[in-house]
Parts: sequence; structure tokens; C-alpha cells
Amino acid sequence: MDFQDYKGVWVFIEQKDGAVASVSLELLGAGRKLADKRGVELAGILIGENVKHLTNTVFEYGADTVYVYDQPIFKHYRTESYMKALLECSDKHKPEIILFGATSTGKDLASAVATDLPTGLTADTTELDVEEETGLLLASRPAFGGNIMATILCKKYRPQMATVRSKVMKALPPQLGRTGKIVEETIALKEEDIRTKVLEIVKATVKKVRIDEADIIVAGGKGLGSYEGFQLIHQLAETLGGAVGASRDVVEAGWIDHAHQVGQTGVTVTPKIYFAIGISGAIQHIVGMKNSGLIIAINKDKEAPIFQNCHYGIVGDAFEIVPILIEQFKQALSKEKVTNTSG
Amino acid sequence: MHIVVCVKQVPDTKIIKINPKTNTLDRRSAPAILNPYDAHAVQEAVKIKEKTGGTISVLSMGPPQATAVIKKSVEIGADQGYLISDRAFAGADTLATSYALSKALERISKELPIDMIICGKHAIDGDTGQVGPGIARRLDIPPVTNVIEVTEVNEREKTVLIQRKLTNGYELVQSEMPCLLTVEKEINDIKYSPMPNMISAARYEPIIWAVDDLENVDRSQLGLKGSPTVVGKMFTPPRPEGGKKLDGSADEQVGQLMDILMEKKDLFTLQSTK
Ligand SMILES: Cc1cc2nc3c(=O)[nH]c(=O)nc-3n(C[C@H](O)[C@H](O)[C@H](O)COP(=O)(O)OP(=O)(O)OC[C@H]3O[C@@H](n4cnc5c(N)ncnc54)[C@H](O)[C@@H]3O)c2cc1C
Ligand SMILES: Cc1cc2nc3c(=O)[nH]c(=O)nc-3n(C[C@H](O)[C@H](O)[C@H](O)COP(=O)(O)OP(=O)(O)OC[C@H]3O[C@@H](n4cnc5c(N)ncnc54)[C@H](O)[C@@H]3O)c2cc1C
Repeated sequence: MDFQDYKGVWVFIEQKDGAVASVSLELLGAGRKLADKRGVELAGILIGENVKHLTNTVFEYGADTVYVYDQPIFKHYRTESYMKALLECSDKHKPEIILFGATSTGKDLASAVATDLPTGLTADTTELDVEEETGLLLASRPAFGGNIMATILCKKYRPQMATVRSKVMKALPPQLGRTGKIVEETIALKEEDIRTKVLEIVKATVKKVRIDEADIIVAGGKGLGSYEGFQLIHQLAETLGGAVGASRDVVEAGWIDHAHQVGQTGVTVTPKIYFAIGISGAIQHIVGMKNSGLIIAINKDKEAPIFQNCHYGIVGDAFEIVPILIEQFKQALSKEKVTNTSG
Repeated sequence: MHIVVCVKQVPDTKIIKINPKTNTLDRRSAPAILNPYDAHAVQEAVKIKEKTGGTISVLSMGPPQATAVIKKSVEIGADQGYLISDRAFAGADTLATSYALSKALERISKELPIDMIICGKHAIDGDTGQVGPGIARRLDIPPVTNVIEVTEVNEREKTVLIQRKLTNGYELVQSEMPCLLTVEKEINDIKYSPMPNMISAARYEPIIWAVDDLENVDRSQLGLKGSPTVVGKMFTPPRPEGGKKLDGSADEQVGQLMDILMEKKDLFTLQSTK
């Protein structure tokens, strides 16, 4: 394998319902930095049916080139069809690095592609860098169980691949009108060659909790003591108009559903305000919320690691502090209302 | 119908504790358990077998102690289990893991052809979710990941109907068999094992294979040697600057916090004027 043949950074562009997934835009931002450091091109690889118009977005968010496979066979994501397109494209154009969102689609596709190439695949990356000279991708992820990060390297194979958690990297501000090179590809693939069929897509009827879209999150931890104690978190969230988040231990204790879990094995969130109440601040929790705009911690242990990861901390008992906060906040709000209506 | 479930022994990361001084994990604090997702995978195989009949095998790669998770699987309802255990497998990343497991699966399928392979969505320690799809590629069978329901198994047509979880809903997928599924926890509830299962599990002796018991193995693809990824440096993540501690009495502290929050009051006014 001659490493000289492998050039450029690629981002798999995930799309659904006629829009590019936000994680792909974030990866274009991250990929742009890697490509600039290496002095190479950033390319998007876009697969789907009727997706050509999305190339504009991909350029606006930083790509120089977009490889497009726009064929009816790609109407729905299926491992076998998408994988074949990506493998063919990678064989032909030989990228040095391919990044995928660590979504169910991205992980599924990346795992299959890496096996066939074959090459190494780093999972659930939260930090990315590249060695300027060698092009070695430095993909770091929280190491299991430890309060540590591990940098995973793939020294002997190209391309190098990684899936990257959403909401961790930052998308660049879009440059309207920015364009680039479109490379249209087609693959000779017959429906009979694909052994799975998507018969129907069902949008969930139950209203899913999407805490990753909230501006304000009030998250509670084991420090709330019990299911009953945890209701205080709901009260504060309601007062502030925020969503409720939780540490894993709270979810494991059954005080709240997994959809509310913030962290490595939960959701990554970036609200404008994040409250961590009775949460110790284990690394697996921190990786899920550290990019929040304003982090406020309330914990009775002044040594709790959460205080190293917040903007403002209150050392105190949640059951004393939070009711006062709710009270003062309600008062402030009613004053606001008065001034609003009188003014 | 022959279903093989891949099961991994993992440290119970729920219990595992981190030493805050040294930032290392106290392995002794965590017992080794059957990966929770794999327990659901075995349970699902049991559910399918209740309808179709047939055989459930489980397969694990790990040290000799990993026979414990095979016994646990028998307790849930598996009929038999294989452990591949050999120094040559040590240090495998997901690529080398899927290679080793696929070689064992080839041997198992020679003894009894396989119709379906079920894996967990991910293992709670390595936590990559890459092994399942990797095995599917190596055996060249279709993978269906994130499965939340096996709706129908049609043995005559050799097809299976599956619900695959999406971010806001699910898709109904039909796949040819043999295929490989990776399952989410919500696919089923783990039932209490019936007494006879407990007894057979206690007596059960898993079949153990070393590398030499497998055929056509390219040793250079196994273990550390066969792993393209290597763990480079380990480090404590850079933490944001320590937060400013508010001081004074509880009331005073909340008062200061209110000042900070009120700087962002645009975020709240929407709520308040409603
Ligand atoms: C592979 C793996 C993945 C993981 N994934 C996640 C994840 O996604 N998300 C996650 O959160 N965790 C995750 N964890 C678990 C994580 O390591 C911690 O165990 C967990 O976050 C701790 O939860 P906690 O802070 O609620 O509880 P604890 O660590 O028990 O902390 C409770 C805190 O509450 C404080 N407290 C107690 N009483 C009060 C009071 N009255 N008022 C104020 N403060 C009080 C205590 O001082 C303490 O700091 C993962 C672990 C592993 C090994
Ligand atoms: C800190 C750390 C980081 C790592 N990062 C990476 C990485 O980024 N990329 C990488 O390729 N490897 C990585 N590894 C190695 C990886 O953990 C091992 O390859 C491991 O053997 C399998 O991966 P997993 O635990 O992620 O399994 P997953 O892919 O999460 O497991 C999914 C399913 O596959 C089946 N399965 C997995 N392992 C076995 C087994 N031994 N026996 C039977 N069935 C099994 C089970 O059904 C399981 O539910 C890392 C290891 C460590 C310690």
C-alpha cells in the first residue's frame, strides 16, 4: 500500500427527508480543519435519490468537491447498496481520511465499509486532529470506564476512518454562494443484488423526548436521592421552561427514561444553559454536555469534579438551593411580566 | 431454524468505580457479566424458537472464564455454546474480532447451517457496535442493525420482517436469510429463567476451540497483529477552567445566580409572557 496515493479528507453526507443531517455539517467543519492542516481537499460523499440539490449546502459548509450518487436504488439507506457505492468511490479516488457521523446510519455504514476495505475504524470520536507531516489521524474517544481519553491510531492502513459523535464538532458558518466541483458517479447495481428491502418508514407516534434540541436543560443526578427527590428537577425545569436531563445512574435507578440521559452512552447536548444538580461530573457525563453555553453546577461536595467543568458553581444542598431558586425565579418572571405589560 | 447469538463477557461498567486520584479504573470493583444487549439477543432467539423450533447456539470469544456467559445464555434458553479462546486472539480490535468470530461461525455452520446471527447493538465496555456489521460482511450476509422487533420469520421463503429503529420512528425491513441482526434493549424483556434451564446451565460444559480447531485461518488477521487500530496515548481530557464558586448564604448564592441568569433573560421571556 503506497500512502502517497491516498489524498484528501472525506465526509459522508447523511441526508434524510431532503435535508443534510446536522452532524454532517459539523463534520464538514471538523474536516475542513484537517484538510487545511494537511493542505488537501475536503470532499463530501453524497448518496441518495434526488439529492443533487443538496450539494449547494455541502459546498456552503466547507467542501471543495462533492461526489454524488443519485440513483433510485439509493432511495432508502441500506447497508449493502450504500456500502458498494462508498467502496467503489473510495477505490477510485483514494481518500486519506473518511469521517462519518456516529448515528445509526453512519455507524452501520462505516462498520461495513471498514471491514471490506479493510481498514481501522475508530468509534464515537469526540476529538479529531491530524499529523501535518504524515497525515496520521488522531481520533480520540473516552476510554471505557476510565476517567481518560484514548487516542486511536491507524498507522498501517489507508483510508483511515472514524465515526464522530454529533454535537461535538462545530459547523462553520455557511458561506452563501460558495461552490465547488461536483463529481457525478453512478454504480451498476440492480435491485436484485440487494438482499434487504425497506417496506415502510413509520414516524413514531409517541412524542419522543428530544432533549438535544432544548435551549435550557436542568439535569439531575444520584444526589437527588430518590425518585421523589428527583421531582425537584422537574419543578425547576418547568419553572425555567427547560428540558430535564439526567446522569446514567439516575436512569439506571429508574427515576427517568433513557431518552433523558446525557453523556457518552446517552445524548450529547449543547443547550444555552445547562444545570447539573447532584451530579458528580464523571467524564462520561461531561463529554455529553461540556460544550453547553453556560454550565451551572449545584453540589454539596465542594470537591466534586463537576466544579472543574462548570462556569458557576454553588456548593450546597440541592433541596435547600433549588426551592429558593424556583421562588426567586418566579418572582423575577412576574416582575418581568409587569414591566412588559406596563411598558 | 438455527440461530447463533454472539455473546461477550464484559466488566459491569455500572458498578465499576474510578479512582479519582489516579484516574484509573478499579477493575476488582466490577464483576464480569454477560453484555446486557447480548442477553436481549439470546432472549430474542428464544422468542423466535418458540415459534419456529430449531436450535440456538451461542458463540463467544474471550478468556477461559468467558464460559460463564455461555452458561448464562443457556440459562436464558440457548441450547449449546462455543467459546473460542486462544492467545492468538488477544488484543483484537473490531476488525480482528469479527474475523475470528466469522471463522468460528463458518465451522459452526458446517455442523449445522446457520439461518440467523444475532448480536447486541454494542458491548458496554468497548462500546463500538462495529463487530456485528463486521461479521455480516465477512460472511457476506445482509446486516440489519438497531432492531427493535422481529415481526415475522418466514422459514419457507427464507425471509424475515424486522423493525429497525430510526431517530424518530422505525423502518420495516424485509431481509433474506441468512442475515445478521443487532438488537436494541427495547426488543424484549428478559424473563426469569425457568428452573430446568438453571439446572441445565449449571451442568453445561461449553465447547472450547483454539485457533487450530478452526479452518483456513490467516493468523496474520488475528489479535493484535490483525488489528489496524492501535491505542495511542491515553490522557485526562483537558477540562474547562474550573468554575467560579458563588459564595455567601444560600439566599445570597441564589441571588448571584439570578443575576447571571437574568443576563440571558431572552431565553426565558418567551415562557413568561405566554
Ligand atoms: C462505559 C460507561 C458509560 C457511561 N455513560 C454515562 C453517560 O452517558 N452519562 C452519565 O451520566 N454517566 C455515564 N456513566 C456513568 C458515570 O461514570 C457515573 O457513574 C455517573 O455519571 C454518576 O452519576 P451521578 O453523578 O448522578 O451520581 P454520583 O456519582 O453518585 O454523584 C452524586 C453527586 O451528588 C452529590 N450530592 C449528594 N447529595 C446531594 C444534595 N442533597 N445536594 C447536592 N448534591 C448532592 C454528591 O456530592 C455527588 O457528587 C458511564 C459509565 C461507563 C463506565
Ligand atoms: C479504550 C478502548 C477503545 C477502543 N476503541 C476501538 C475503536 O475505536 N475501534 C476498534 O476497532 N476497536 C476499538 N477497541 C477494541 C474493541 O473494544 C475490541 O475489538 C472488542 O473486542 C470488540 O469491540 P466492542 O466491545 O466495541 O464490541 P461491539 O462491536 O460493541 O459489540 C457488538 C456485539 O458484537 C458481539 N461481540 C463483540 N465482541 C464479542 C466477543 N468477544 N465474543 C462474542 N461476541 C462479541 C456481541 O454480540 C456484541 O453485543 C477499543 C478498545 C478499548 C479498550
